[in-house]
Amino acid sequence: MEVDVEHAPRVVVLAGGLSHEREVSLRSGRRVAEALRDAGCLVEVRDVDAELVPALRSAPPDVVWPLLHGATGEDGAVRDVLDLLGLPFVGATAAACRMAWDKPVASSVARAAGLRTPDSVALPHGTFRELGAQGVLAAIVERLGLPLVVKPARGGSALGVSVVREAAALPRAMVDCFAYGDVALVERFVEGVEVAVSVIDLGDGPRALPAVEIVAVDGVYDYDARYTAGATEFFCPARLTAASAATAAQVAVRAHTAFGLRHVSRTDLIVDRDGTPWFLEVNVAPGMTETSLLPQSVEAAGEDAGRLYRSLVEAASAAAAPAEPSAPSGV
Amino acid sequence: MPPEGHQAAAGSRLDRWVDTYAARTRGMTASEIRALFAVASRPEVVSLAGGMPFISALPLDVVGTALARLVAERGAVALQYGSGQGDPGLREKILDVMAPQQVDAHPDDIVVTTGSQQALDLVTRIFVDPGDVVVAEAPSYVGALGVFRAYQADVVHVPLDADGLVPEALESALGRLAAEGRRVKLLYTVPNHHNPAGVTLSSARRPEIVEIARRFGVLVLEDDPYGLLGFDGDPLPSLHSLDREGVVYLGSFSKTFAPGFRVGWAVAPHAVREKLVLASESAILCPSAFSQLAVSTYLETHDWKHQVGVFRDLYRERAATTLDALADLLPSATWTTPKGGFYVWVTLPDGLDATAMLPRAVTERVAYVPGTAFYADGQGRQNLRLSYCYPTSERIREGIRRLAAVVEAEIELLETFGGGSAGGFGAAGHAGRGQVQSPSPDLT
Repeated sequence: MEVDVEHAPRVVVLAGGLSHEREVSLRSGRRVAEALRDAGCLVEVRDVDAELVPALRSAPPDVVWPLLHGATGEDGAVRDVLDLLGLPFVGATAAACRMAWDKPVASSVARAAGLRTPDSVALPHGTFRELGAQGVLAAIVERLGLPLVVKPARGGSALGVSVVREAAALPRAMVDCFAYGDVALVERFVEGVEVAVSVIDLGDGPRALPAVEIVAVDGVYDYDARYTAGATEFFCPARLTAASAATAAQVAVRAHTAFGLRHVSRTDLIVDRDGTPWFLEVNVAPGMTETSLLPQSVEAAGEDAGRLYRSLVEAASAAAAPAEPSAPSGV
Repeated sequence: MPPEGHQAAAGSRLDRWVDTYAARTRGMTASEIRALFAVASRPEVVSLAGGMPFISALPLDVVGTALARLVAERGAVALQYGSGQGDPGLREKILDVMAPQQVDAHPDDIVVTTGSQQALDLVTRIFVDPGDVVVAEAPSYVGALGVFRAYQADVVHVPLDADGLVPEALESALGRLAAEGRRVKLLYTVPNHHNPAGVTLSSARRPEIVEIARRFGVLVLEDDPYGLLGFDGDPLPSLHSLDREGVVYLGSFSKTFAPGFRVGWAVAPHAVREKLVLASESAILCPSAFSQLAVSTYLETHDWKHQVGVFRDLYRERAATTLDALADLLPSATWTTPKGGFYVWVTLPDGLDATAMLPRAVTERVAYVPGTAFYADGQGRQNLRLSYCYPTSERIREGIRRLAAVVEAEIELLETFGGGSAGGFGAAGHAGRGQVQSPSPDLT
């Protein structure tokens, strides 16, 4: 598309950062920037470093799109800074990010909203040190049963995540998890179909895109399986009954609303044998890489990615625009 | 199995060629470890991971002027295709560069390649069939392991110690492989300032190694990028000097001049060289004429030996800083003492796993390469490689301070979960994880 330089939205895509997911973020950023350019936007991709704030101040874009995964990107910190600078951005507010980013908090919010979540416990490393790991781990296995999923309380891309099928493997999984953060979430493993439902919200209410079903070729949807084309088989729409698919979509929309999210989110679910969706987490900065889930949903919905992304930019811009001044009364 | 009554849908693996790739691409996947290295490129992180020469020490203005002159005066040649074997003038000059290692050769014995990495590829291509054995040191250069894997070789590691490859271990491994009827095609070795182990094959062991290889009929592939970067004394005689017909010698300008030109070479016996040239022509037609003439011009117009001395002094100081900092800050570990080159090989306290620890290190803004990258068989969990070639001494010290804090936290974690000095949790549950299947350029 030919860019109308005068009227094209100027977008700064933030990608990179210092989190463990820097590589994924760079890939997401490149991909979105390309689609936005195709849709007629003027796009600059920037890393998050000491040059960012001066650059945003000297040439404020119309909209910033934070595509940062992991800490500072999804924990709301960068969005707080964008608010300080008065710059509109695509995606959830900082306050909403803080709830979604922390998995134990997110679980509570989801439960409070009536969504089903796997039984879980979140414990910092210090608790195991003080109380003795053996006793605490035994209590976890006793209470939650096996298999278990061990994951860092914060972070994405399955980094530091293990599925534990026997108690003897739990200590190793805890050590691997604590390499990524100080708090571990241990949750009951829910057997079922793994699906991701993306939600788009252009200001006229959230709507779910078709669910993507994930079947990792080697059985585990880990980092390698996520970012190697061919390592995972995706079904979009997911192979669910019509009723299950509708319920999954409702759950994702409810999550989006309950967390107070904006513009775009992705909810990860397991649909069990009874067709019940279990909420695992909601992502405020879903991956946008070549192998990511949201772009697949967009395609399955028959939508043009560039056009949709531009709509998100325009929604962010419109929400931030000052209201038309009302006519002075009494004149 | 989809649930009953599902909506019809076709699966996609996002790659229509997924069932078409050659078997040798197995393992060419995204990896958690490589993703973590993306953070290492940020200036906040002290990267002790990459083996990148300190190019800023080059007289870049002099190089720039020489390159401008090259294009202005010999551009018609420099920007044209060249000989498949490499520029004859450069091959003459390479003889001078190899003289300190006593590599006695004729310019016709030399094949210029796109870095010595391509020479590694070519030698493996012409000798190794799938399933053939390549014997390599334990640990071994990650870039070589990547090549051997690509040609579906079976790598068998042989231990090294502070004096390099252990002759008795080599003899025993070759004997065992012969008894098993295995075809051993190559003995791959980095005798000088080993990557990643930092050790040098002693002069006493050199004839022994060559003799053992000769006895078992195994061609020696001598990879020598760091030979001129010894901190003290003259370089030791090459293995090639001990058996010209039994050794293929690989050299490189990447560490003594600049890796950006991608110029390396192989010195090989006549018949081997003929095949290398044909293999190279089929792969790349010819090495870059521009790069070769640039290197040639540099060698002609600049006191390159003095420049090697500048690099040597710089790396000597950084190696000393690394060793001092390790002694001061990480006394619970052990490490090798390099007499040249770029690397120190660290062995962590019992039970620690350098691969599992890497995310914590990246969080603390320090990066290293986990030891598993340097083995084809999953060994090396307790090891890591530190490169001191690129960061300043001040940054090296800061990096090791951060690393020491990471190690301390990891020890505490292992004590909490009972995987400490009892020997750790073993590799169970880690199958396939932490393998660096192919090196990115800044990791080599």
